[in-house]
Order: sequence, then C-alpha cells, then structure tokens
Amino acid sequence: MSTNERPLSPHLQIYRWQWTMALSILHRATGVGLAVGTLLLVGWLMALADGPDRYAAYQEFIGHWFGRLLLFGWTWAFFYHLCNGIRHLVWDTGRGFELNVAAASGYVVGIGSVVLTVIAWLCAYNLTGAIS
Amino acid sequence: MSLQTPLGRVRGLGSARNGTHHWWMQRITAVALIPLGLWFAVALIKLTGASYSDAIAWLQSPINAILLLLLIVATFHHMQLGLQVVIEDYVHHEGAKLVLMMGQKLASFALAVAAGFAVLKIAFGG
Repeated sequence: MSTNERPLSPHLQIYRWQWTMALSILHRATGVGLAVGTLLLVGWLMALADGPDRYAAYQEFIGHWFGRLLLFGWTWAFFYHLCNGIRHLVWDTGRGFELNVAAASGYVVGIGSVVLTVIAWLCAYNLTGAIS
Repeated sequence: MSLQTPLGRVRGLGSARNGTHHWWMQRITAVALIPLGLWFAVALIKLTGASYSDAIAWLQSPINAILLLLLIVATFHHMQLGLQVVIEDYVHHEGAKLVLMMGQKLASFALAVAAGFAVLKIAFGG
C-alpha cells in the first residue's frame, strides 16, 4: 500500500527526554498495570463469596511481602492514574496547555500521587495497629 | 445527486468507525470513577486486616453493594476502552491485533461478571 511510503513523524528517541513525556507514558503504563491489578479486586470478591477458608488464603497471600508489594504498587498506580486522569479532564476543557502550566500540573500530579499513596498506607497500618 | 444528508454519508467512516463514541464513553466512566474510586480507596483502608465476618457485613450493606456494583461497571468499561487504544497504537499485525482485542474485551467482560456475581451473592446473603 502507498501509505507505507509516507514519511513517519520523528521517533521518540530524537526528542530530549522531558518530565511531561514521562508522565504521559506513565499514564498508559499505570492504566495497563491497573487493568492487571483488577485481578486482585476480583480475587478478593471471589474469595469473600467463596467462604472463610478462601478468604483466609487470600489474606495470607496479600499479607505476604510479595502481596503487599503488589498492593503498594497498585495503590500508587491508582492514585497516579486518578490524579493524571483529572489533569487530562481539565485539558479536555481546553485549559492548562501553556508549557509552564502543563509542567507545573505534572509536578503536582507526580508529588500528589506519592503523598496520597503514603497517606493511604499510613492510615491502613494505623488501623491495624502496626503503627500506633 | 444523493438524497443522503452529509451526516448520513460520513457515519460509520473514519478509522474508528464510530466517531466520538469511544472518547465520550471513556470520559463518562472517568468522571464516574473519581468519586467511586476515592470511596473504594477509603473503604479498603478501613477494611485493612478485617475479619471475614466484618468484610461480609460491610458488603451486605445495600449502599456499599450498590456503590461497588457501580464501581465494577465503570472500572471494567473504562478498562476495556483504554486497553483497546493501547492495542490499536502498538500492535500493527492484523492477526495479533484481532486476537488481543478479542482477548481483552472478553476478559474484561468476564472479570466484570465474576466481580458483580460475587458482590450479589454476598449481598443477598449466599
């Protein structure tokens, strides 16, 4: 087909790497990560529906260091995708595209997602009495 | 000369074949997921280390069951729309694209049904 002969736009590696580019690809990466992470949600609900034994097995899995690592990563991916998703919705109204504003909102999203993740885990550990 | 309206002529054309429907549904589910996601995050924090009976009791509250069902519908709809775009952008082999697209759509739907069924079973006291 003739479309294959058309020039391509410059490849990604030609551009100087920028914060906003990293945020953009992270939105996709966290989206895919969250999609995989829904298995944790479905697993939790199915375990609950199945009965106490399956629920105990699920609790054991999620309490294991690997389970906690998955859940921690998922928490950050959730807050990142949420914050950056709101940033995207603001862009959809045509606002916030100025270079300095887009960079600043990016920093807010990056720092905000980490802060929210830490707060969520501190609250959760507080409730279980691991931190008092 | 055609009696077709300009709108009738372009409907169904374009690379996505469906105009702005995909984009719009992604925004609707995104907006729904802001309050639903925050509600669920807070609920999960409160449920950390909860016993089996505590978790069941939480899910049997009608408001929690309803919000959870809404979260499930919005999440899996948003998820399959998003995965669709990722596949369309990066997979250029037609066969692989078709298999991945069918796989992710069917898996998203199956996960949504499984999650919804689990919620209903618990909520109705099964």
